[in-house]
Amino acid sequence: MFSRRLLLSAAAGIALIASAGAQAQAPIEIQWWHALTGANNDVVVKLSNDFNASQSQYKVVPSYKGSYPDTMNAGIAAFRANNAPHILQVFEVGTATMMGARGAIKPVFDVMKESGEKFDPNAYLPAVAGYYSTSKGEMLSMPFNSSTAIMWYNKDAFKKANLDPNKPPKTWPEVFDYAKKLKAAGYATCGVSNAWGTWLLLEQFSAWHNLPIATKANGMDGFDTELRINSPTHVRLLTDLVALQKDKTYDYSGRTNNGEGRFTSGECPIFMTSSGFFGNVKANAKFDFGMSTLPYYPDVAGAPQNSIIGGASLWVMGGKKADEYKGVAKFFTFLSDTDRQAWLHKESGYLPITKAAYEKVKAEGFYQTNPGRDVPVIQMAGKPPTDNSRGLRLGSLVQIRDMWSEELEAAFAGTKSPKDALDAAVARGNAALRQFERTVTR
Amino acid sequence: MVQSRPFANLVAHLVLWLGIGIVAFPVYLTLVASTHEASAIANGNMPLWFGDNFIANYYKTLFVGSSRSTRTLVSTMMLNSLVMALTIAIGKIAISIISAYAVVYFRFPFRMVFFWLIFITLMLPVEVRIFPTYKIVADLGLLDSYAGLTIPLIASATATLLFRQFFLTIPDELVEASKIDGAGPLRFFWDTVVPLSRTNMAALFVILFIYGWNQYLWPLLITTSGDMQTIVIGIKKMITVTDALTEWDVVMTTTVLAMLPPVAVVILMQHWFVKGLVDTEK
Amino acid sequence: MEKRAIYSHKLLPYLLLVPQMVVVIVFFYFPASQALYQSFLLEDAFGLHSEFVWFENFEHVLKDPDYWLSFVVTAIFSVAVAGLSLALALLFAVMADGQIRGANAYKTLMIWPYAVAPAVAGVLWLFMFQPSLGILAQIIRDRFGVDWNPLLNGTHAMLLVIMASTWKQISYNFLFFLAGLQSIPRSVIEAAAIDGASATRRFWTIIFPLLSPTAFFLLVVNVTYVFFDTFGIIDTMTGGGPSQATSTLVYKVYNDGRAGSNLGGSAAQSVILMIIVVALTAIQFKYVERKVHY
Repeated sequence: MFSRRLLLSAAAGIALIASAGAQAQAPIEIQWWHALTGANNDVVVKLSNDFNASQSQYKVVPSYKGSYPDTMNAGIAAFRANNAPHILQVFEVGTATMMGARGAIKPVFDVMKESGEKFDPNAYLPAVAGYYSTSKGEMLSMPFNSSTAIMWYNKDAFKKANLDPNKPPKTWPEVFDYAKKLKAAGYATCGVSNAWGTWLLLEQFSAWHNLPIATKANGMDGFDTELRINSPTHVRLLTDLVALQKDKTYDYSGRTNNGEGRFTSGECPIFMTSSGFFGNVKANAKFDFGMSTLPYYPDVAGAPQNSIIGGASLWVMGGKKADEYKGVAKFFTFLSDTDRQAWLHKESGYLPITKAAYEKVKAEGFYQTNPGRDVPVIQMAGKPPTDNSRGLRLGSLVQIRDMWSEELEAAFAGTKSPKDALDAAVARGNAALRQFERTVTR
Repeated sequence: MVQSRPFANLVAHLVLWLGIGIVAFPVYLTLVASTHEASAIANGNMPLWFGDNFIANYYKTLFVGSSRSTRTLVSTMMLNSLVMALTIAIGKIAISIISAYAVVYFRFPFRMVFFWLIFITLMLPVEVRIFPTYKIVADLGLLDSYAGLTIPLIASATATLLFRQFFLTIPDELVEASKIDGAGPLRFFWDTVVPLSRTNMAALFVILFIYGWNQYLWPLLITTSGDMQTIVIGIKKMITVTDALTEWDVVMTTTVLAMLPPVAVVILMQHWFVKGLVDTEK
Repeated sequence: MEKRAIYSHKLLPYLLLVPQMVVVIVFFYFPASQALYQSFLLEDAFGLHSEFVWFENFEHVLKDPDYWLSFVVTAIFSVAVAGLSLALALLFAVMADGQIRGANAYKTLMIWPYAVAPAVAGVLWLFMFQPSLGILAQIIRDRFGVDWNPLLNGTHAMLLVIMASTWKQISYNFLFFLAGLQSIPRSVIEAAAIDGASATRRFWTIIFPLLSPTAFFLLVVNVTYVFFDTFGIIDTMTGGGPSQATSTLVYKVYNDGRAGSNLGGSAAQSVILMIIVVALTAIQFKYVERKVHY
């Protein structure tokens, strides 16, 4: 501890001397580590360039650090080595870990207040901002790319199977029925599938059916939370899917989004994944496609509730200088600009983060001319969220998701029964939660 | 001469062709893939023969870069990998040959302790102690620098061991003759030991160059700026994509380009490579 | 073996050792000791709060069935990769050795994969065998009717990483076996041929024993390879899955410590791994020493 502090002050001293000399010309650099590729990477670069061109005092330097877990890993390692970036993009899964580290991060509401930027937390869509705020409504990180899971379907395939391309299945039984028909119509290796296994089948599924993922409002009310993903309804979904996996009416596509190509290539006619997938479907699918809400079991009370967000938010790391925080605050204000958010939303398939941006896009008639693009918003905001669907905040969720994936895979492979797999997922996850609870700063 | 049997020879050739088929097929497929457009590769219906996007793909990779993920030009990444591989290879050879020389040709207290301290590092590569090593490099201010990329990997038990064993086979008479000539240990080192070790150095150079070029976890963690990125990391970053599809055309051309320097080193130096290692080892 | 002719300088040997020792101590022993210390701590991701817990991390690790599973995975994986790559390389080397024309050309063609980075090799093989975009995967499925699915089938995933890792190592082994074979005096082989021993018999009774030092050396190199260098292959191909079918010891060390979630447990695994590996090193050293006496 002592040596770290010593090093820190020494480094600060050197930096001070260095900056005193360089102040006159060089803008203050703001490091921004992110995990976005493809069209979204273009967006990140464009945002940084636009910001840098809009003023001369600060310079935002984006750098791509790899996948979401890799980026988070790099940020944590860098913090431990006193080399953290100013802004770190962390996926929703890492929220609890970041929140638990009060000394390592600087809450966004603090950053904004201290630097005197105009900031109204109520300007942000509650379904999005709530995920990243304390129970008192203090915003801890800046929502950036928020998506939710939706269902994509191949209209050409529907026609081929004599299904109405404008009537996508609404419920799980309908999805299974459609998948069987599609399989019979030639989609032999995959009737329906999804990316992000645990996010879709456990997390979104729970929120959509108003079932708890964990106690204490999915962990949002305290770290002493326990998992609940082995309820009969959870077991029911997994049992149904495992049965269909046998003849590939349903076919598992892995833990991440690697399987998304199965939709764009036309292999899987029904595919559930992030709404952020839009840009790539548009660019790569050589067929007519549609978007629809996630399926639900109609006999489950309260279903469909609302889905939860995914994607990532921007965390401000601690231990930086005041004028650097000023630059960060300016950049966040720049990001929240209504026109910019509206553009982001239309471009990427991510959700708008401010109410004003959503209203603007709606008023422009964008959803009329682009049917389906409002599916994520409707799905997120259709009903006021409950404790089960506000979000989820579990420590060590990166590892816990791996454990869940392992158990789901065991069930799909037939080495464990669905009930046993989910019980094991709960038991292993709880052990990790207890360990996180012990290490977290109180 | 063992009698020649045409049938056995035919079998031998067939087996070898099969072997080459196994060994070369993935490389061939990469070459083919690097000439097709991304969607053909991503949709899994790529033909097994070369496409007509050869120039377009390589042009894009070399001069535009992977515009949508790492944004570092392939040429920059190649240069970084080259600097890293060369520094590691030469640095390892240099510090190992003098350590081995000290251990073999001198008697001093704790001689074997030193040797053991070096030797034990053999089987504990950087993967196992990556997080604390990262912290030290950061404390020394070496993140995002060639020094940080190379120095922590520059100790080499393998090279030290190999040189030690080779030195043990150098006839003692040479040292004695050199002593009679009035030459000191450093003179003997330069005039006799280094020239004799040339084959070993060449062999080690091949192994260590490839070791350096192929580093994965270490550069992944310690480089943050695109300017310091190595090519292997570049490829890894192009593949893991979020809410996007992999640009397979760029990945494949980059993969082909990334293979060229180490393959060239291996093929050009294969003669010394095996000789230097097998002779010592016997 | 010790040198008879030596120099007696007080300072010079130490000076010669300084560069290597500095690197080894700063970047090896110090971090290793940090890992050891870490293994007794329970710490949060950012290192803001830590608690000394003695052997609790070790207890957790050793009681964890998943850890023992990764021992089994590592054992299967190591034996398969080392065994397959040695056997295939030996087969090809024997075929290329001696009377065949063009042995050098074969050598040049065989050598390529050695130069390919493990992470890149992982990509190439994934590219061939990924269930939806892999060309060979489609052939396996369509022509042979095998439900090839490494995303779910642990055996398939294991096969996949074994194939890629073996492929990467064949050329290195091939080169050494070939060199070893070519250094065996022709007269020995001819003498046996005159005795009328069959080719197979000649190989096992005469050639193979002469090749055994090379084989042993390669075995050690291959074990190190499968333990550590295959990290890149596993990381790019399977990420340790499905379930935990391809999670080796080294992969688990990295993955458990990743994103800082279980640093203590990861460090405890490092320490256990270090102990195993130092023991292996000691055995190896003994062997090398004995061989030098010959």
